[in-house]
Amino acid sequence: MSFFEVIRFALRGLSANKLRSALTMLGILIGVAAVILLVAVGNGSAQAISDRIEALGTNTVTVMSSGQSSSLTPAIADALADPVLAPDVASVSPVVSASATIGFEGTDHDVSSFVGTTPSWFTSSNTPVGTGAAFTSDDEAQARRVVVIGQTVAEELFPGTDPVDQQVTVGGALFTVIGVLAEKSSTGFTDSNDTAVAPLSAVRQVLTGYGSINSILVEAADPGRVDAVQSEITTILNQRLKVAAGSTSTPYRIQNASQLLETQTETADTFTTLLGAVAAISLLVGGIGITNIMLVTVTERTREIGIRKALGAPRRVILTQFLIEATLLSVIGGLLGVAAALIGSHFTIVGVKPVIVPSSVGLALGVSIAIGLFFGGLPASRAARLRPIEALRYE
Amino acid sequence: MTRPVLDVRELRKTYGTGEATVHALAGVSLTVDRGDYVAIMGSSGSGKSTLMNILGALDIPTSGTYLLDGVDVSQLADRQLALARNRLIGFIFQAFNLIPRTSAVANVELPLAYAGVKPRERRRRAMAALEVVGLAERARHEPNQLSGGQQQRVAVARALVTEPALLLADEPTGNLDSKSTEDVLEVFDQLSAAGRTIVIITHEDEVGARAKRLIRLVDGRIVLDQRQQQVLTGRHAS
Repeated sequence: MSFFEVIRFALRGLSANKLRSALTMLGILIGVAAVILLVAVGNGSAQAISDRIEALGTNTVTVMSSGQSSSLTPAIADALADPVLAPDVASVSPVVSASATIGFEGTDHDVSSFVGTTPSWFTSSNTPVGTGAAFTSDDEAQARRVVVIGQTVAEELFPGTDPVDQQVTVGGALFTVIGVLAEKSSTGFTDSNDTAVAPLSAVRQVLTGYGSINSILVEAADPGRVDAVQSEITTILNQRLKVAAGSTSTPYRIQNASQLLETQTETADTFTTLLGAVAAISLLVGGIGITNIMLVTVTERTREIGIRKALGAPRRVILTQFLIEATLLSVIGGLLGVAAALIGSHFTIVGVKPVIVPSSVGLALGVSIAIGLFFGGLPASRAARLRPIEALRYE
Repeated sequence: MTRPVLDVRELRKTYGTGEATVHALAGVSLTVDRGDYVAIMGSSGSGKSTLMNILGALDIPTSGTYLLDGVDVSQLADRQLALARNRLIGFIFQAFNLIPRTSAVANVELPLAYAGVKPRERRRRAMAALEVVGLAERARHEPNQLSGGQQQRVAVARALVTEPALLLADEPTGNLDSKSTEDVLEVFDQLSAAGRTIVIITHEDEVGARAKRLIRLVDGRIVLDQRQQQVLTGRHAS
């Protein structure tokens, strides 16, 4: 009996029980699709996080104060821009930030971060100006009241009109809009387009006063020199802030974008692992489903196996037929599951664009096919080994 | 010299061990020649079904030899045993045992498929066998669309499609009404007249009366083995 004939027998066997075959395939489909999609969602969120962090720039170091009261001042920022002690520093931007209300012709808009800084901040923080222009060092030195606003602010206050050269009120003072920031992708729940940037001196004068500053953004000359920059500024800061050598607590904290990236990637990896575990459980449950259906299918057909043996079917032919049936069910079900997952990955799931991990496709498909083959083949081989009379008497 | 189709010597079959041992067959010796029509009768528990299953190579005896068409069946491995079941024996069950949800002609083709016959030839021979049992026009029907008698005739067609040396029927009319019984028995009469070797198990006297030779089994032993005048009914009687 040719192999082709056995395949035809298997197909006939499957089509003789259409509903059961369809349900078995559905079980496999869901198991496979769930694994692939869940892993894809985990992977997609991890990628989204690292994309956002990379957009912040990876060649910068942020100095923040760690104590209750900030010890950072513009003087310290100036000290960091020392070509002798810190040769790898490209630019230093002191940053103050406060929430403020911007008003224009009777419309008010609350900005969560009204940033005061120096012109170098625009390139360091990877925040280019879309229309208009950034303020200059001269503006900063003269404390001119000019402001560059974010996309959201522009849309809120100037719907349909060009905001450049308009006068807005901030904290009771008039600021002239000189530019609009280019659209930025948002990080999590905060809208990074809901911001405004003005010269440090002007913001201190109008909003924050002449106390300490919030942070200092230090840009390295080269992404590879970030670690060098970090140790250079640590030395300067320890000297300036009089930190004793060997002291474990410092009044400042240095945050490195690549460190941030690392931490976030770790978090995302944990998330992916978690989802993967959930997916693995669903595959396991799906596998048990397949096992169950295969066992029932073969057990139910033990009598049929007896009849076939009585008619002169050799063990090998019976085994091959049942193995092919199991293979077809698990392969077709698995492939449909992959197709469902591929279609599903085109949709955004809970705010995350899923990114398919190729290995998860192979794993899910492989496991479901292996389970189908094993648990289809095992009872079939047991039944094929029975004497025909035992198989025929089987209830 | 023609060798007997069936030659069993001192066949024994026991179930269980120790105290609970049951001797289903306690030494049965029997030869059946080509073209014979043998009815084996006995009450329930007499061991006739056990004998039938061993003769059909569906079960193995505890001891004794069984030559089927000169081949010692007890010495065969699975592969040759499958071949013997396929080529030498046509088995008809009390419960019909057709493959469900599979058309009559596909059921009849099945033994030929296992014998490696090409599809076209298979279809032709299956239709011919269905013609013999008078069901050619029902070839496309599935078992659950056929009456009991029709199902059993399909089973008969399936048993004879490989032209086996021996047709074995285990209570073929046990599940049938009298009209269907008559239909099936008529097929057996025709097959016997055509020279087929048939061994049939039954507990119904009118079925036994149709055979050329009657064997009675009691407690796993043959107590009666006689030639008899066939009672012919139906169209053969006229």
